[in-house]
Amino acid sequence: MTGRFEPNIVGILCNWCSYTGADLAGVARIKYPANIKIVRVMCTGRVDPAFVLKAFKEGADGVLVSGCHPGSCHYVDGNIKMMRREPLLSAMLEQLGIEGTRFKLVWVSASEGERFAKIVAEMTEEIRRLGPLTIKEGEQVG
Amino acid sequence: MAKLKLAVYWTAACGGCDVAILDMNERIMAVGDACDIVLWPLAADGKYHHVEGMPDHSIDVCLFHGAIRNSENLAMARLLREKSNILVSFGSCASLGGIPGLANFYSREEIFRRAYMESESTVNREGVFPQQSVAVPEGELTLPEFFDTVYTLAQVVPVDYFIPGCPPTTDQIWTAVQAVVSGNLPPRKTVIAGRKSLCDECPRVKEEKKIQSFKRPFEVMVDPAKCLIEQGIVCCGPATRGGCGARCTKANMPCRGCFGPPDQIADQGAKLVGALASIIDSQDPQELRKISHLLADPAGIFYRFSLADSLLKHKRKEVC
Ligand code: FES
Repeated sequence: MTGRFEPNIVGILCNWCSYTGADLAGVARIKYPANIKIVRVMCTGRVDPAFVLKAFKEGADGVLVSGCHPGSCHYVDGNIKMMRREPLLSAMLEQLGIEGTRFKLVWVSASEGERFAKIVAEMTEEIRRLGPLTIKEGEQVG
Repeated sequence: MAKLKLAVYWTAACGGCDVAILDMNERIMAVGDACDIVLWPLAADGKYHHVEGMPDHSIDVCLFHGAIRNSENLAMARLLREKSNILVSFGSCASLGGIPGLANFYSREEIFRRAYMESESTVNREGVFPQQSVAVPEGELTLPEFFDTVYTLAQVVPVDYFIPGCPPTTDQIWTAVQAVVSGNLPPRKTVIAGRKSLCDECPRVKEEKKIQSFKRPFEVMVDPAKCLIEQGIVCCGPATRGGCGARCTKANMPCRGCFGPPDQIADQGAKLVGALASIIDSQDPQELRKISHLLADPAGIFYRFSLADSLLKHKRKEVC
């Protein structure tokens, strides 16, 4: 393959703020890298840490979880639950050899299309510098 | 009725599973009445060539305990699969990777360096490492290949039943023995243990879960009646299969997760992050980070027995 490395980023966005924010970026024709593949969930409270591991296992180079700002979650405190999981999940990912830059939790409101575009652009650049996430499969023993 | 032919074999394991079988006390007599032991390195004799000489499927039941760490383990797993009608993945090492599976946090090179160069009791000035083969005047000597990754038994050969536990309880073993002897076998792939999480059978009183910090058992005067997690103690119960009778939590010790996750949980570590982090009583990112860092080794604690069988299976390695 030639050309520069294009990271594969999985974005897990809550329905009420961040997904709408991303939509706004589109409607407003703000440009952001096509590296992000967006999955919509109802709330970041629904984001089981296993989703993040699974994304990495299936070949994501980065995972971005984005929800409503603290205090504005549609379900009151789903985002606070995700906020609590983030440090422990990041620590566990580091131990599994997945750098902190590859997993991010951010808050983007429905009106922050611009901010969403900026976050995606930055994350894409950072991961591009880091290189692909390759998970080795080990010997052929099966 | 002809006696059943029973084999017990170990690979990367501590031998505690063998002892667990012997721990059935007088019930072991019933096993002796029903079975002929054709192979059991710890308690009886048996050499590779004996097993190789047996006709295929001539062993009725093989209790296989231990993870697959090297090429010898793999060869025996394949051989015993061929020779056995029922292959049971016995204990946490065979079923989940177990403690040997924690080596998946390191590569083969790192393990060798630590074991043969850096460990406190090692002096190795010439930098000698084990080789797979070496020529000596008498001929060539060989050692099995040490794999870069630890595997579970089911990752290398098809397995009929699983009996998790470090070690399995005598009741589980007895259930399995009775099933085999009576011919009343559960569906293939059944895990002989509970269906639900340990919390479900743990007798401790569970109220509102909110914790201010993570503690180790020795740092607290443990309330014998109250949920350990509510006391800040890291307990793997929420993401661990029950069926053990909650023996650890009944003895004031947190669950270490040796039964692995129940069927509906894909990844024990991920589930424990969710279960424990979500109840930290703070909304301040700084403070959350501080409290989370009280857990020095989250992956090691949450995957203590199941790393080799988890979603990611090992620490990420570059393609080589
Ligand atoms: S609805 Fe957006 S984070 Fe809960």
